Amino acid sequence: MTSATSSPVVHTASERRRFGSIAWHVGSLAVLAVVLYPVIWVLGASFKPSKDIIASIDLLPTKPVWENFSGLADGISGISIGTFFTNSLLYAGLAVAGVVLSSSLTAYAFAKIRFAGRNLLFTLMIGTLLLPYHVLLIPQYVMFRKLELTDTLVPLVAGKFLATEAFFVFLMVQFMRGLPKELDEAAKLDGCGHFRTYWSIVLPLTRPALITSAIFTFINAWNDFMGPLIYLNTPDKYTVSLGLMMFRDQEGISNYGSMIAMSLVALVPVIAFFMAFQRYLIDGMATSGLK
Amino acid sequence: MTLVKEAPARPAKKRSAAPAAGRRGRRRENIAGYLFMSPWIAGFLVLTAGPMIASLYYAFTRYNLFTPPEWVGLDNFQTMFQDPRWQKSVEVTLKYVVVATPLKLLLALGVALLLAQKRSGQGLYRAAFYMPSLIGASVSVGFVWRALFSDDAIVDRTQKIFGVDVGGWIGNPDYVIYALVALSIWQFGAPMVIFLAGLKQVPQELYEAAEMDGAGPLRRFWNITLPMISPVLFFNVLLESIHAFQVFGSAYVVSNTQCGPADATLVYTCYLYQKGFKEAQMGFASAMAWTLVVAVALVTAVLFWSQKKWVHYEEAAK
Repeated sequence: MTSATSSPVVHTASERRRFGSIAWHVGSLAVLAVVLYPVIWVLGASFKPSKDIIASIDLLPTKPVWENFSGLADGISGISIGTFFTNSLLYAGLAVAGVVLSSSLTAYAFAKIRFAGRNLLFTLMIGTLLLPYHVLLIPQYVMFRKLELTDTLVPLVAGKFLATEAFFVFLMVQFMRGLPKELDEAAKLDGCGHFRTYWSIVLPLTRPALITSAIFTFINAWNDFMGPLIYLNTPDKYTVSLGLMMFRDQEGISNYGSMIAMSLVALVPVIAFFMAFQRYLIDGMATSGLK
Repeated sequence: MTLVKEAPARPAKKRSAAPAAGRRGRRRENIAGYLFMSPWIAGFLVLTAGPMIASLYYAFTRYNLFTPPEWVGLDNFQTMFQDPRWQKSVEVTLKYVVVATPLKLLLALGVALLLAQKRSGQGLYRAAFYMPSLIGASVSVGFVWRALFSDDAIVDRTQKIFGVDVGGWIGNPDYVIYALVALSIWQFGAPMVIFLAGLKQVPQELYEAAEMDGAGPLRRFWNITLPMISPVLFFNVLLESIHAFQVFGSAYVVSNTQCGPADATLVYTCYLYQKGFKEAQMGFASAMAWTLVVAVALVTAVLFWSQKKWVHYEEAAK
């Protein structure tokens, strides 16, 4: 970079800048090509005839066909694709409502109320972040089984309504601590109790953190595989993840086409959410790691 | 957690302002605090603390869900340590953690350095690189991975150009774990974003001063960038290795629910799932879960201990 040339300084600098810019874009595009390859591949594959999907090396189909998608309308062993989507939407919707409500209440207590034992409880909550989920998996399963709540959404969403997702509580605490103290002190002077302050002052101002948590919760619930795998056992209650697994069992290699098409359709809500909110998501992700 | 700032203590004078009203006020604050926290407290007791105690108990019992747990002392642990499949699962998991985590972080840091430069379109790149982190955990991508790495598919064909023929990574016990590693590396977007945020906080003056002193890019990276982002690097190493220990979905889907061939992708949680939910050996699975907790705690402790040596906290940075 610092190699000296005989040409005038100004000229060299601008030339070097242009070269740097081109090199930057070439480098970035190269990484991008590798990263997006699987996504473009699945898009192309969904329009290929089943027999070509593995065998053909082309990224995009030579003669696009629709049969993979039209085949989806038949559903899987009598269950329509819509059922899986409804179940997943219900799961994700409940999860979002639960996380936003319970985590924001808990975060408000940690950030804005001085009560005895707060620091100890905060440490405990952060501690749960590092605890492998698997140690809770078996006793929770035993408990929900005894309560006869397996094969319902209750075991999947109960934790969301009880603020067990420490990551989001932490995110909201950090955000609420950043709000100007004068605001809630003014509210207090005006005679607002904690609930009023929480509901009409802190909550609206915490919106970016709430949105970040909501999007992450939605996407995690939509992608969740282990939870539904363990708790749901009748096919008409399956979420999209399990529906996909059924597809694999039913159709096997012979009908790779509909499997790939279904995979693509299953990704659509996540990708749509991502496109719409990527700014919030990425900034939220970054702030949660720091501060 | 060093990343968590201490709860900022309110000025002490507020407390002592009105002693009589203060005591009542404090009690009111306590009640309000616990009321707001009640969902979390309930969740902590019923879904975290309670299950932890139960699982510790199950770890010392034989329990198949249908008959009451029967106390067997250390039997589960003894059987477990001698179980060749358990040993295999430890081996597979360690291999996965040790190979995937550094590669993923290396790529994340490299791309973050690239994106930290102010160029047109960097927002777009940043978003595109982040996307795999969101969809990577889905069953859909598991299927795509199977297809990409199976016999005669793109990866296999590319290899053949270089004269290597392994008949697809998915069916080959020596290679299938690397398909999982690749899937993990592909999701480098999340640590990348955290690196980017860290890079943004490095004071530009440091670079300018170093440049004046004649330090080249490599030196600047080694002596300025790396120490300045070491807290972020520490956070990423901690998070990514803990996650890697717990991988399940991708191993289960990519290897067609068998965690194989030949147990080649039998990651720890996959074996735990098989023992607990396929063979209903809840006691054994609980013993496995606690061993995982101890392992993760050890790794966390070692990382926290080591950070004194390499993590640089700038106290007067702000």
